[in-house]
Amino acid sequence: MEVTRRQFLKVSGTAAAATTLYGIGFREVAHGTYRRFRLHYAHEVTTICPFCSVGCGIICHVREGQVVNTEGDPDHPINEGALCSKGSSLLNMAYVYDEKGKPVPNPSRVTQVLYRRPGGADWETVDWDWALRTIAARIKKTRDDTFITQNSQGVPVNRTPAIAWLGSAMCNNEENYLFHKMTRSLGLVNIDHCARL
Amino acid sequence: MTNHWIDYQHSDVMMNIGLNTAENHPVSMKWIQKAKDRGGKLICVDPRFTRTAAMSDLYVPIRPGTNLAFLNGMIQYALENDLVHHEYLINYTNAAYLVNEAYHFEDGMFSGARLMDDGIGGEKVVYDRTTWSYQSDEAGQVLSDETLEDPRCVYQLMKQHFRRYDLQTVSEIIGCPLETLQACAALFCSTGKPEKAGNIMYAMGITQFTHGAENVRAIAILQAILGNMGRPGGGVNAQRGQSNVQGSTDMAMLYHIIPGYMPVPSESLHPTLEAYHATSPGGYWANRPKFMNSLLKAFWGEHATPGNDYAYDYLPKIDKERSHIATSKYMGDGEIKGMVCWADNPAVGGPTAARKRKNSAKLDWLVSVDIFENETATFWKEPGVNPEEIDTEVFLLPAALHMERDGSISNSGRWIQWRYAAGTPPGDCHSDLWIVDRLFRAVRDAYQVDGGVFPDPILKMNWDYGEDASSARVAMEINGYDTRTGELLTSFAQLQDDGSTAAGCWIYAGYYANEEEPACQRRIRETEGVGNHPEWAYAWPINRRILYNRCSADPAGNSWNPDLPLFQWNGSGWNRYDVPDFNAALLPEESARNAFIMTGEGRARLFSNGMVEGPFPEHYEPWESPLANRVSSVQFNPCSTVWYPDDRADYASGAFPLVATTYRLSEHYQTGMMTRNMPWLVETMPELFVEISPTLAADHGLVSGDQVVVSSQRGEFQAPVCVTPRVKSFQAGGKTIEMVGILWHWGYAGLSKGPVTNDVAPSIGDANTTIPEYKAFLCQIRKVV
Repeated sequence: MEVTRRQFLKVSGTAAAATTLYGIGFREVAHGTYRRFRLHYAHEVTTICPFCSVGCGIICHVREGQVVNTEGDPDHPINEGALCSKGSSLLNMAYVYDEKGKPVPNPSRVTQVLYRRPGGADWETVDWDWALRTIAARIKKTRDDTFITQNSQGVPVNRTPAIAWLGSAMCNNEENYLFHKMTRSLGLVNIDHCARL
Repeated sequence: MTNHWIDYQHSDVMMNIGLNTAENHPVSMKWIQKAKDRGGKLICVDPRFTRTAAMSDLYVPIRPGTNLAFLNGMIQYALENDLVHHEYLINYTNAAYLVNEAYHFEDGMFSGARLMDDGIGGEKVVYDRTTWSYQSDEAGQVLSDETLEDPRCVYQLMKQHFRRYDLQTVSEIIGCPLETLQACAALFCSTGKPEKAGNIMYAMGITQFTHGAENVRAIAILQAILGNMGRPGGGVNAQRGQSNVQGSTDMAMLYHIIPGYMPVPSESLHPTLEAYHATSPGGYWANRPKFMNSLLKAFWGEHATPGNDYAYDYLPKIDKERSHIATSKYMGDGEIKGMVCWADNPAVGGPTAARKRKNSAKLDWLVSVDIFENETATFWKEPGVNPEEIDTEVFLLPAALHMERDGSISNSGRWIQWRYAAGTPPGDCHSDLWIVDRLFRAVRDAYQVDGGVFPDPILKMNWDYGEDASSARVAMEINGYDTRTGELLTSFAQLQDDGSTAAGCWIYAGYYANEEEPACQRRIRETEGVGNHPEWAYAWPINRRILYNRCSADPAGNSWNPDLPLFQWNGSGWNRYDVPDFNAALLPEESARNAFIMTGEGRARLFSNGMVEGPFPEHYEPWESPLANRVSSVQFNPCSTVWYPDDRADYASGAFPLVATTYRLSEHYQTGMMTRNMPWLVETMPELFVEISPTLAADHGLVSGDQVVVSSQRGEFQAPVCVTPRVKSFQAGGKTIEMVGILWHWGYAGLSKGPVTNDVAPSIGDANTTIPEYKAFLCQIRKVV
């Protein structure tokens, strides 16, 4: 099978391959692929891998608000540039490649606020404002209907046993802190997450 | 982890038990390899010959659910052959302390056992722990015998307790050849030599048992008697499964704690703030009132005053167990009406998951926040379910990816590292921070407008993070500040109990002490040192990289290993490569008396009253087991709550003769919700399978690729088998025991679909933590023809 330069780049799909081939003298052909160099005009933003807890550093290459490439951070003292199968696929969570090899947003992403009414067979799309107001009303009703201010000994207990909140080890520290603050302010006691699984 | 990933490189012997580092934490293998390159040895203890086993110097097969017998055997071997680190033992542990004369142990039970109502219609053992205590003189001083000869000293009681775990007995329990076990014990216990460091790494293959916490405790005891705690290359190193499960635990997304590992107020133990403070343990925990009052100030700001006990009553007080398994049961009982499931997928990840999905239909409402459609949010779409019969309202809120939002996460080594938002979230997606902020404000608005029951904790909550919530502002609150000046704190030592300081999570003090250049954003690699990289990110507590590090040196201040000094006394001070976990202003002999500053004794507890099942770890079989307990007549952990008695298979019936265990693949992650929607990973590992041995395959006439139904007392699923010599039967208790290895990444939503295998796992948990026993239960397989 004859593979053209363009196809090869598409198949290999890494910036490293592009730079290496450019470097070893395919100058004429490389000119034709110059605009396709993935990191061109991209700036670097560092992140930490969202999968296991090793805490590997990853560099995101960003162009016009879009992540165009992710790769292991060679300066990071733990992973020193290395990533596993999941970490090295990070970009794929955001983008998949279409038949022409062009990155398109991962079609499995949930990108709208979805609502399923009682007995409903499918999702309905709603807006944030409605969803937030409606969820707040549900939380308030359940809390107010079940709130216990004192136990039988007269000890103030200020809790609702009727709402559970799970999550999450996939969220940042600051997010979890706000979860905790919010749940305790509501009087929730059924608080847990996958750390107990 | 007491240590951190890079520190693995300093280990002389590494024991990988109840985890598969090469598969599930692949990049960290580089540091294990580095240790091996320096002559270090790797032991892999696992029911299967895993990828880590393939990298090991010694592979130790073990029947699922018998880790404690194995670990007790290691302890016994060290005691029997006098391989313990004596100077460490006497100075840094409670080995010499004398124990209450009334303490005793007989046939699997410790003194103080009482059969009590378990609150759900059954009974369990709840110990009266008063005899699990020390002898003291009239002045309250604990009695000790540094010769370790007094028959009531901890050391002698240990010898008595662990005597039953000779390697021959252990070999028969765990199904490992005696010679392999001897080689393992000799190799690992060689780290009892003062200059040697041994590292024990573990994960869910240690914790997911009815006696999981005791497994961890046995590891800690073994490491303490060998003198491996607080040292480079040593430690008890829990490899956590998720990128921020350390941080989410620190932030207390758990029913029993509030941020910084303080207990959640309990209606019986802590009716008032005074009562709460009075239960502060000793050691550094004596400062807990400062941490607690500062947390209340962070939560309720100016409304938290000395006059109202810093708004202590705004916090709910707990009545009973509210763990994952318990909550799921209460949902089935109708007590729970609404649930928020934030980036969590119990419909696949929970034990006996089908029951969870069924119970979800009893909810009035369910909110799920996620990046893909998960099975929990779509329980009403599961094949075979009629959505018309389900009245639950469901909201699915679209979240941003990790690389689309900023904030910090904490890795297993407690390194708090900052992530920056790289891309813009698509469509209506928002960061979890934005969503929770808006949701709280919506609830607050509802109470402001309509009033409601006890609205004060909501209306008076200190909650202002900007129009679009800023993670930096939240971080500064977690870090802590002076309430008079607003100045950020650099250490939890600055916290006060008089309302002059506020801090959301005391152990994080210092991580965001500088608004311009917060420590958790630092990226400076060390040029000299032992791999601690103190200026890379920030490790809690107080940027300490190795916990209990006073123990890295002898009482006189000389490093146990002169070639690898973490701390070395130079006659007037310490030469050091870490932040001291002790009072460095004292002379070495003085700080040596308080080497474990978090315990009241200042010493590691080989004997402790902190566990519900006993002061020493004791082997019990899993809830479902093919064998009778070999060491006592108590079959399984007598302190575990049996939530669903009918869920237990009777081995004698012969219906479920195989042992099942569950585990993961490198290419997928947890419930698969993320990775099953990533085409590259789906292509590399496209479908579910179960692993069986060639002998079991022959018994059932199976070859790789054949479909089987795997069933347990609780449910069943269908999957292809992979017949592999990596799985072997065990010879234990005079029987041949076959094992089925089950992956659990699949579900009915997403790009790659498959059955939910946790439907067969039992909803019984560890007696201390209620972590479910996913790793050892009974099952059967049948060929699909």
